[in-house]
Amino acid sequence: MNDQSESQSDQPILRTPLYERHVALGARMVPFAGYDMPVQYADGIIAEHTWTRQKAGLFDVSHMGQAWLTGTDHASVAAALETLVPGEIAALKPGAIRYTQFLTDDGGIIDDLMVTRTASDGRLYLVVNASRKDVDYAHMRDRLPAAVTLEPIEDRALIALQGPAAEAVMARHCPDAAALSFMTATESRFDDIAIHISRSGYTGEDGFEISVAADEAVALWDRLAGADEVAPVGLGARDSLRLEAGLCLYGHDIDETTSPVEAALTWSIGKRRRTEGGFPGFDRVRSELAGGPSRRRVGIRPDGRAPAREGTEIVSDGVAVGTITSGGFGPTVGGPVAMGYVEIDKAAEGTPLDLMVRGKAQPARVARLPFVTQRYKR
Amino acid sequence: MSVYFTEDHEWVRVEGDVGTVGITDYAQEQLGDVVYVEVPEVGKTVAKGDEAGVVESVKAASEVYAPVSGEIVEVNEGLADAPAKVNESAEADGWFMKLRLTDTSELGGLMDADAYKAFVEAQ
Repeated sequence: MNDQSESQSDQPILRTPLYERHVALGARMVPFAGYDMPVQYADGIIAEHTWTRQKAGLFDVSHMGQAWLTGTDHASVAAALETLVPGEIAALKPGAIRYTQFLTDDGGIIDDLMVTRTASDGRLYLVVNASRKDVDYAHMRDRLPAAVTLEPIEDRALIALQGPAAEAVMARHCPDAAALSFMTATESRFDDIAIHISRSGYTGEDGFEISVAADEAVALWDRLAGADEVAPVGLGARDSLRLEAGLCLYGHDIDETTSPVEAALTWSIGKRRRTEGGFPGFDRVRSELAGGPSRRRVGIRPDGRAPAREGTEIVSDGVAVGTITSGGFGPTVGGPVAMGYVEIDKAAEGTPLDLMVRGKAQPARVARLPFVTQRYKR
Repeated sequence: MSVYFTEDHEWVRVEGDVGTVGITDYAQEQLGDVVYVEVPEVGKTVAKGDEAGVVESVKAASEVYAPVSGEIVEVNEGLADAPAKVNESAEADGWFMKLRLTDTSELGGLMDADAYKAFVEAQ
């Protein structure tokens, strides 16, 4: 038996403010994006996944990059950020969150991120992927005008509470939380602890992402973990939850070779921006919007039980037509699920395909994303 | 009846010239929830160290290697519908395959239970 999943790095490993909690809870710790992170706790990935879908899962996502982007007023900071992303930032109302991507000049995706217009005029709150922090920050410093200041936030933790019971749990400590709708955020207090709380997540469930001062993270974690409806959930279930929800993982489903149109993220490109442009890679995006991309990210369901992992070749009538970019077992679906890129004439829902798993063709079909119903509070 | 262990975390329980093969309890613990198992075809001949099966957890796929050479004489068909049996009973009901040994001297290169326990503790 040989486990192929381990990865190694030469960099010194970082810890989040909740590291001691994970160890005390019996987590299995693994290196992820330079951090020592819990891949699972004692109950295991399937139990944690199911708990999140049925009750509320508690996630440490402090490895992600939080940053302030500040200008003289909203119009100027939004205009500056819009030179790097295709999302509609200018029209955001205070408290609104937008999902968008930093694009290369060729229209590839440098990273995907969340942008919040805070209540403080001229100040945006960004959350970027852990693995891309350094690249994103260098990119912004290189491209943004001097009047706009990037300030990475190094002294705050980020905790996610996800699942149908999340609202009831939060409401007991932070009535403001229950009043938020999906993709909005506010400054508030959790009991006596100052927080920045967003109604957002990476599981397909209703839930919250809570930014808190690092020295208060353990207190917040403990109060949340103490609720009957709440159990800690590691990166393993976070991955299976987001895969079932059809959400992209940077470096796997999207990277500098994939455009947002190919990645089926067209919905995140602002309507005004599709005609006005003014972001890197606009030529490619405009041409793909007009004529269609040559390939597209789709959901894929193997007919059988064998999971098809990342890197699996997708073939049609013996000819290669694409590659799986994320794949595994979906505990809520109860079988294997995957996402990948296929040539555009194979991208229609229901198209039969073969997946080359260990040299054997396994039948599969293009499936609608997400694999499970998203239960966001609109 | 004797049980032998490999450094790749397979076990083989030998009765006469037939060995029953599975993965160890330590291995299933390391893998986590097993969601898919592939066993070889009956009648297939495998050499010691050959890939003889596959075990997949939520996160990853791993090979199961033949601990000794032989011909596959029976496989645990029940694992296809109940892969979690590997987690629940790795060293009994969660067995993968039975093979007829072609060279019993190969057993001498494997570990006994005490040696395997020490091997795991040193991991």
